[in-house]
Amino acid sequence: MRISTFWYCMKQGIKNICRNIWFSLASIATISACIFLFCMFFSIMVNVQNVVRIAETTVGITVFFDEDMTENQIRALGSEIGKRPEVSSMEFVSAAEAWEIMKEDYFEGLEELAEGFEEDNPMAGSASYQIFLKDISKQGQFVAYLNNLDGVRRVNYSNSAAAGLTSFNTVIGLLSVVIIGVLLGVSVFLISNTINVAAAFRRNENQIMRYIGATNGMIRAPFVVEGIIIGLIGAAIPLVVMFFLYGQAMEYLQTRFQILSQIFQFLPLRQIFPYMAGTAMLLGLGIGFFASFFTIRKHLRV
Amino acid sequence: MIEISNVTKEYVEGNKALRNVSITIDDGEFVFIMGRNGSGKTTIFKLLMKEEELTSGKIIVNDMNLGKMPRSYVPKYRRRLGVVFQDFRLLRDRNVYENVAFAQRVVGASTRRIRESVPAMLQMVGLSAKYKMYPHQLSGGEQQRVAIARALINRPEVLLADEPTGNLDSYNAMGIMKLLEEINEMGTTVIVVTHSHEIVEKMNKRVIRMERGCVISDGIEDGYSYED
Repeated sequence: MRISTFWYCMKQGIKNICRNIWFSLASIATISACIFLFCMFFSIMVNVQNVVRIAETTVGITVFFDEDMTENQIRALGSEIGKRPEVSSMEFVSAAEAWEIMKEDYFEGLEELAEGFEEDNPMAGSASYQIFLKDISKQGQFVAYLNNLDGVRRVNYSNSAAAGLTSFNTVIGLLSVVIIGVLLGVSVFLISNTINVAAAFRRNENQIMRYIGATNGMIRAPFVVEGIIIGLIGAAIPLVVMFFLYGQAMEYLQTRFQILSQIFQFLPLRQIFPYMAGTAMLLGLGIGFFASFFTIRKHLRV
Repeated sequence: MIEISNVTKEYVEGNKALRNVSITIDDGEFVFIMGRNGSGKTTIFKLLMKEEELTSGKIIVNDMNLGKMPRSYVPKYRRRLGVVFQDFRLLRDRNVYENVAFAQRVVGASTRRIRESVPAMLQMVGLSAKYKMYPHQLSGGEQQRVAIARALINRPEVLLADEPTGNLDSYNAMGIMKLLEEINEMGTTVIVVTHSHEIVEKMNKRVIRMERGCVISDGIEDGYSYED
């Protein structure tokens, strides 16, 4: 395509938007609503995922072994466990180390009480492995595996933390897919309507183009340009809003609900914005392109 | 050369718009196709434009068999034709220059080529001074001249005109016919679909008369009295 033809199609596409300004604005508003919701869910999801990721590195599983097992036997079993694909890292805590930790936790300032146990480690038989998983959602099946191992006496883990975080993430994900799906449908329908109106306005022009020998691509191009511009503007508006709103919303949530700041470490905007903006613009472009491309097909009879 | 051989066209089953029509038009000819409403003359126009598919027979335009032409080739084929309509079909929101340039723009001509050829074409149809005017500021005859300029700007081999003088008074109608004659003299084949016997009589060209989908006469007529 020549540059002059490209600019011609651009100009005609913009003209179409101006001719049906109300239809175009309605389409832009719907796409903006759709993409704003997408951005909101995107922000929530990446923040929740971040919390889950942090939890995965801090919420561990502690495995205790039968009291009659020697340290060598425990380490041998530990190396077997360490070969499992779910395991991210693991740390051996010997009986002596367990006693040291207990002394620090419970006998701080009362060291003379602890001295009474020096010759008889009350934590003997409490050698354990602290295990961290790659994916916290796999915790249930991994605990079941550990419980079935010979030599494992007890497995300590936090079920509610893992289940809560993963199910919250799943619910948010599903909810966003459903809402965004419905809004995508509405957006496509509205753009399609706008393109139909534009095609009706340009009926005479399209007919002349067909008689002159314009290709389908040439007839279609101004409408596709129109759809893409509507889609991109529809995506850019919520991104600008998100750019200014995100920081303020995070600040508000952290000051208003201080408990959140203890659980949540909100990701800074600059870390998520490039991905959010890229996906939103692609979404806008995609909606605009496909809605216009397929709508104009029926007006292309040669 | 245009060769229409044994062509039949049925829009609805049993209702034939054309019945076994055969016509041959040589390169550089000027031909009138005449007939009453429903005689089939517009159907021939549509078949030549590849706007309709023929039911049976064969149409060959400059060695291209229209019956076997794939849809994707139709735009390329139409660039070799120029079309003029009774209602001009100009773009109301564009001036004379832009209306003519439009035909080149949509086939991907360069801006430089457009700047060279549009003024020359406007000069040929006698509208150089009115290039900035909009269709509603022009007379019917002038609008038809713009339409002819638009049809010719891509240098077609054949010019098809469907009732080009239908909306014009006899003075302007003759002006348009003179222009079409000049175009024909430059080598373009001109086919004019009309029911105006006045024009046909004055032009003294080959006339193909049609009735109820059949060719009833074909030849040069002089002073033929057409009974309406």
